[in-house]
Amino acid sequence: MSGVIEHDAISGQTTNGHEWDGIKELNTPMPIWWVYTFFACILFAIGYWVLYPAIPLGDHYTRGVLGVQARSQLESDLAAQAEKFKNQRDRIAALGVQDIAKDHDLMSYALKGGDILFRNNCQPCHQAGGSGAAGFPVLSDNVWLWGGTLDAIQTTLIHGIRSEKDPETRQSMMPAWGRDKLLTPEQISQVSDYVVAMETQHAPSSGPGREIYVANCAACHSSDGANPISDGNQTVGAPPLGSGVGLYAGPNKAVTKDIVMAQVWNPRHGVMPAWADRLTPSEIKELTLYVHELGGGQ
Amino acid sequence: MRVDVPVSGSHAKAAKLPFEPEAAELEPLYEKHRKIYPKYVKGFYRSLKTWIGGGLLVFYFVGPWLRWSRDNGSPSQMFLLDMAHERAYIMGVEIWPQEIYYLAGALILGAFGLFFATTLFGRVWCGITCPQTVFTDLFVAVERLFEGDRNQRMRRDRGPWSLDKALRKGSTLITWVAISLIIGWTWEIYFNEAFTTTKALLEGRIGEGSPVSWGVMGFALGVGAIFFVLAGFAREQFCIYMCPWPRFQAAMYDEDSLVVTYETWRGEPRAAAHKDTDFTNRGHCIDCKQCVQVCPTGIDIRDGSQLACIGCALCVDACDSIMTLMNLPPGLITYDSFSRQEARAKGETGRYRFFRGRTFAYAGLMALVVGIMAYGLLGRSNTGITVQHERAPMFVSLAAGHIRNGYDFKILRMAEEPTTYVLSIKGLPNASLRAVFYAETDQPVVELPVKADSVGSYRVYVTAAKAVLKGKATDFTFVLTDKSTGLVTEQQAMFAGPDSTTNP
Repeated sequence: MSGVIEHDAISGQTTNGHEWDGIKELNTPMPIWWVYTFFACILFAIGYWVLYPAIPLGDHYTRGVLGVQARSQLESDLAAQAEKFKNQRDRIAALGVQDIAKDHDLMSYALKGGDILFRNNCQPCHQAGGSGAAGFPVLSDNVWLWGGTLDAIQTTLIHGIRSEKDPETRQSMMPAWGRDKLLTPEQISQVSDYVVAMETQHAPSSGPGREIYVANCAACHSSDGANPISDGNQTVGAPPLGSGVGLYAGPNKAVTKDIVMAQVWNPRHGVMPAWADRLTPSEIKELTLYVHELGGGQ
Repeated sequence: MRVDVPVSGSHAKAAKLPFEPEAAELEPLYEKHRKIYPKYVKGFYRSLKTWIGGGLLVFYFVGPWLRWSRDNGSPSQMFLLDMAHERAYIMGVEIWPQEIYYLAGALILGAFGLFFATTLFGRVWCGITCPQTVFTDLFVAVERLFEGDRNQRMRRDRGPWSLDKALRKGSTLITWVAISLIIGWTWEIYFNEAFTTTKALLEGRIGEGSPVSWGVMGFALGVGAIFFVLAGFAREQFCIYMCPWPRFQAAMYDEDSLVVTYETWRGEPRAAAHKDTDFTNRGHCIDCKQCVQVCPTGIDIRDGSQLACIGCALCVDACDSIMTLMNLPPGLITYDSFSRQEARAKGETGRYRFFRGRTFAYAGLMALVVGIMAYGLLGRSNTGITVQHERAPMFVSLAAGHIRNGYDFKILRMAEEPTTYVLSIKGLPNASLRAVFYAETDQPVVELPVKADSVGSYRVYVTAAKAVLKGKATDFTFVLTDKSTGLVTEQQAMFAGPDSTTNP
């Protein structure tokens, strides 16, 4: 209901004519600076809509006259960064890992790059910092399945382990002692006891387990093929069984008899992708240096 | 429909307001700006202001160009706050961002110094040393040079525009702009190395790849523009309306602070006079209004101590010169304390009381701050350690029962020469160390070289046997020894290990 517009002598303003339960409202105009700022904002908005991406239209949007895109800005930022580090990138592309490892400034760049690549590519399986999980080798310790030198790590990265895509992939197979009935269940139990004892450095110097080990397992699991204490064989990826570190036990966990028996009966074989088709040679070099410097490199 | 509701009359009495507005309260709070033309005066305080203000200007403009030789590739500027490289250089002292509390200490010292000066001598900061006063004095001097003293300026401003007036005003403005640009540029070269930055500017290299970035240029122009407006036009408006300092003067003064005072008991009642007037039954003030004309804020000091009086004491000089002409003793307007004025009004000689509780308190606080800062600066070690424990993984089980922890180890070398540090462990028997790139095999100690004036970052691995660990966390100490001086710096750290219950 529009009421009577009154003039209030004290403030000099008029009311806006409405009344709510006896309460009236003065119609004081906005300060003129506020009004002009408001108009300026409207003009700015119109200009912005014309120049910049503004209105979503379902599956596309108005691009704006200036053609500004977050994607193209990202590309130009990345190009600028590549330019900034051109020297380091060229040298890493040209040198081999052994030479890069000798140059301190180049190493700082390579290790930083390796850190980022590791997080994006390796961390899902090998966990943060290469701390590993049950079935996924710990990269930060000094126990290596396939070798921990720079060259060995680089080869593993390029070709992978048991990877279907790469004919030069690292291959090995552990006989299924239980499934294929190569050993009796009792023999498997005895040799598992021996392995558990070896892992805690308390291997007995005689006994059935030891004999079974020497006859069947030492050929692969000892580096000279005969050592009754397993120290691993990096040519065939046979883990050292006397290190206290078990791949299927998990990081920092003790190796139990169940785990050993399961692996001896029907062995699991880990697969690692061959990265040569997903990472550039420079990236593989950076990753090699990074993994090597996680603490266990040889 | 519009209806006027009258306030006066019987209708108003019926609708009574909760307050009674007086006529004075209905005056608008807005006062239109009237330009002030301070007149030039010669005297003791004018000379004091000129010398001190001039000295401060010289220090400001010359400061960034002074040199201090530093060996190791640091800039050779005596006073430089290098924001881009996170260092402050003040003569032989180099402050890193971790030590910004020294800057805080300097600011606190400055604040206490102001309180101390004000409680003793009134608004000497405002009247003599404040940048607003000094730059305004400079700008007014330029105005006086081109446009003449007070009366001439007022006459010219009131008169019509002519070529003469345009040339004079134009010269003033151009000179002001030039001075403002130099002020702004000098400001910037306190933060950027003076010679290289100025050289880049003079060669016209601005923007990408030059020490004169758009930010530097923007700040220089901005600061210049600010002083152009403040010293050229705003002047006393800044002191009266913008600056917080006058607002809490009341807390700084007491009855023994020296302030610019008009001796009312001596000057009143005032009346016009000439050389042979008899002054026996009247005040010494001859109402010549010289004190008003020389005042840069345009006040009348005879109204009493007021917010707009910045304590420049030019009115003292003006009145003294008049009193001397009239063969009267000087000091009708003087720098005196309220308590002394009260005493003298009664005919006694009052005492100056400079040594009172408040001044001792401020002096004591200043001494305390200086002491703390000096203790900090002199006892500063030039080596700092930051250790960050690797979180993923917390610890690694190595073959044959050893445990290894990784650390991001940073050495802050805050000195002018590079050196090599020897890192060892205390608290873990038979522990061995590795440092990526510097020591690739496990050793009892490792040597870490650090460049001068920089932070060395290292990845350090500590390996220990399970037997020496105390469960999940074992405390130990990194010991860092400076090979060249033997200075030992220690840092506590934690060694993570397997929980003794889950793993035998």
